[in-house]
Amino acid sequence: MIRRRAALFVAALLLAGAAPRSGHDDASPAVQAMQDDDAENPGMLWVEQGAALWAEGCASCHGTPESVRGVSARYPRYDPALGRPVTLGAQVNQCRARTGQAAWGSDSEEMLSVTALVGRQSRGLPVAIDGSGPAQAWLQQGRALFTERQGQLNLSCAQCHDGLAGQRLGGARIPQGQVNGYPLYRLEWQGLGSLDRRLRNCLAGVRAEPLPPGSPEMAALQFYLGWRSNGLPVETPAVRP
Amino acid sequence: MRVLLNVPKTAKKGEAVEIKILISHPMESGQRRDEMGRAVPRMVIHDFVCTYNGAEVIRLALFPAIAANPFLAFSARAEDSGAFTFTWMDDSGASQTETALIVVE
Repeated sequence: MIRRRAALFVAALLLAGAAPRSGHDDASPAVQAMQDDDAENPGMLWVEQGAALWAEGCASCHGTPESVRGVSARYPRYDPALGRPVTLGAQVNQCRARTGQAAWGSDSEEMLSVTALVGRQSRGLPVAIDGSGPAQAWLQQGRALFTERQGQLNLSCAQCHDGLAGQRLGGARIPQGQVNGYPLYRLEWQGLGSLDRRLRNCLAGVRAEPLPPGSPEMAALQFYLGWRSNGLPVETPAVRP
Repeated sequence: MRVLLNVPKTAKKGEAVEIKILISHPMESGQRRDEMGRAVPRMVIHDFVCTYNGAEVIRLALFPAIAANPFLAFSARAEDSGAFTFTWMDDSGASQTETALIVVE
């Protein structure tokens, strides 16, 4: 009986370990409060800027920002025409190219503002990235990048963010590395930042060569990370320490 | 500068209302150096005043060591319908004014 109970307990622990957990829940109560109140959330400054840009360049086709509710929860999305996953930012640039507008850099204030605005519309909806069919190969490539040891420190993403998530590194709790809040405001950056920027930081942190922006590897890794966050609520613009 | 201003639209007479303001500003401390080793000049909001129908509610002297995009929150007692006016000035000499209206019942 006791053994059975212990087995159930272990099974419960394993399940708890497998469930996605937002970085919001690992942040301090002060940071959580900052994210939860729009009046305090500095990411809302970019959302506001995004609304101005939306009125200039997006509204004539897409109508109000509210009409794209749910869209960001499905990105990165596998694009059958291109045969690769497309991030929300890349989709915005495709739109801009089609309408004869200049492309925005992935870390430009304009791109951050518009993706924050679009992401904000889906706040609270579960991340729902479709990794079926031909997209599976990209998920596998992304998972391979996530689990591959790299850099001078010879660490993989998975070693900490799957294996040691929930434990402590110095004073901070190791998060699972979920991506349901991008673009997000990091107190360390004192600004809004993209997932590209986060990954550059991660790779530089393990002394690896950052993935080139717009590369197939970057697309595969972001696609896998998005799929891994499936089910978590969209928190854009999130606040993280 | 982008601003998020939060003042209740209506209040009861005598009630304490909470005012929140988030200002987009780099709040550069003047202590950092750029990649060429040159000092980055100080650029902070140093003066902030809130008035309510002309009467001063709060006056703040701000210094470096405040993070970028400062968030300020304070309360005021609602007496008459009118306007809260917020004015601040930074090291570039630029000043900005924002206004929020309140109806007191």
